[in-house]
Amino acid sequence: MLETFIIPLLQIAVLLNAVLVAVTFMVLMERKVMAWAQARLGPMRVGPHGILQAIVDPIKLILKEDITPVAADKWVFTVAPIMSLVPALVVFSVVPFGPDPLYYVADINVGLLFIVAVTSIGVYGIILGGWSSNSKYPLLASLRASAQLISYEIAVTMTLVSVILTSGTLSLVGIVEAQREAGVWFGFIQPVAFVLVFIGGLAETNRVPFDLPEAETELTGGFHTEYSGMRFALFFLAEYANIIVISAIVAIMFLGGWMRPFPNVEALAFLDLIPPWIWLIGKIFLFLYVFIWIRATLPRYRYDQLMRLGWKVLIPIAIGNLVITGIVKVLV
Amino acid sequence: MLEAAVFYTLAVLILGLGILVISARSAVHSVLFLVVNFLLVAILYVTLSAQFVAVIQVLVYAGGIVVLYLFVVMLVSLKRAPEQHADTRRLGVTGAVLAGAVLLEVIGIVVSGAARSDAPAGARGAGVPEAISDPMLNTEQIGWVLYTEYLIPFEVASMLLLVAMIGAIVLAKKNL
Repeated sequence: MLETFIIPLLQIAVLLNAVLVAVTFMVLMERKVMAWAQARLGPMRVGPHGILQAIVDPIKLILKEDITPVAADKWVFTVAPIMSLVPALVVFSVVPFGPDPLYYVADINVGLLFIVAVTSIGVYGIILGGWSSNSKYPLLASLRASAQLISYEIAVTMTLVSVILTSGTLSLVGIVEAQREAGVWFGFIQPVAFVLVFIGGLAETNRVPFDLPEAETELTGGFHTEYSGMRFALFFLAEYANIIVISAIVAIMFLGGWMRPFPNVEALAFLDLIPPWIWLIGKIFLFLYVFIWIRATLPRYRYDQLMRLGWKVLIPIAIGNLVITGIVKVLV
Repeated sequence: MLEAAVFYTLAVLILGLGILVISARSAVHSVLFLVVNFLLVAILYVTLSAQFVAVIQVLVYAGGIVVLYLFVVMLVSLKRAPEQHADTRRLGVTGAVLAGAVLLEVIGIVVSGAARSDAPAGARGAGVPEAISDPMLNTEQIGWVLYTEYLIPFEVASMLLLVAMIGAIVLAKKNL
């Protein structure tokens, strides 16, 4: 009873709250880092250096009026934000924050495939949100978003296969253990895959330079133009939760997950004083910072450039990487 | 006991959603019910310890094929129910005959399966390696069987998909 129900339920409760709090602080971090990149101060009014802004923003969104457009399909309009948030949160159930079963909800045999499958459900929220608003800009944005998601999903999944070949397992815990046994992070064995998954992750989460579905100058907002109040906040949460998911996956697969740097060097054993989950969260935040850094630096792609990059550059490289990994695996 | 409760709950939900798929007024609602239906079927696979098949079900059907359905339905914009077919009666008869045939087949399988249930356990599961029943080895076992025993059917199926893909490109492109 305790092992099968209560502990997993507690884990899920801690995890959900941690993710949601992380999202609110990531929004603050994004505003602050962007501000520093542009030589501004960013939010400064609420709390010291604006740190309480992370609490005020969600309260504002909850208190705002929640409008449903008259011509909208009300049922689908309500379901769409839920369909985009739930998969983003479900994925965290297989993310291991440490070697011990206490640090993850489930270690399933098909972990990586599970993540790919569940995130592919998230596209419904975007398509239906745009369609059900019954408004032309959201519809255009949702068509763009889903075409982009589907194109880059192929490249990312294809690249993940070469990582699976290297590790010999689909379980995320197994992948980290394989890196410990290899004595080197997979980021060094599979540098091409590392870059590909990161670029694909940027595109799948609709981040700059692939943020065409939210190109304000052309689309007045994106697929969530007609949403307001808490329902808009759900889309927002889903988007940032997905960014955290991508960062976690990249950190686990290529940067050794919960392990300290150089896990096989004895001289650095004092680093083990820091618990494993802090290592993983630190690595995740490193990637979050890079996401924001890229947003502050790069301009947006044109739509045809985006599609050309996905289909004619990333997918061929992914296939080539897979073939080379296979050949090396057979020869070595 | 718990297993049976889960199975019957899922079965009722899956059948109910199936009925909703064909009876919903809006085509988009139908597609949505279909997605939920596929997700529940995936849970059914998990209860059978077929984790790999469950994930593939979500990935390919719920996450891939139905997205295409949704695109088609959205872009042709079926706000109203489509026009009634001129000859509803003949359609009804054809439907009833087809449904009856499927029902007979299912009953036949169940009855013949029940007749064989007193056969020795080894005879029933002939050709299926024992280790497949171990959920932790699921994916590995499917890979082994697929690339050894069923290599040729697997390759033929992939050729078929390749041909279909090239066919689609040829149809879509006016001048190659």
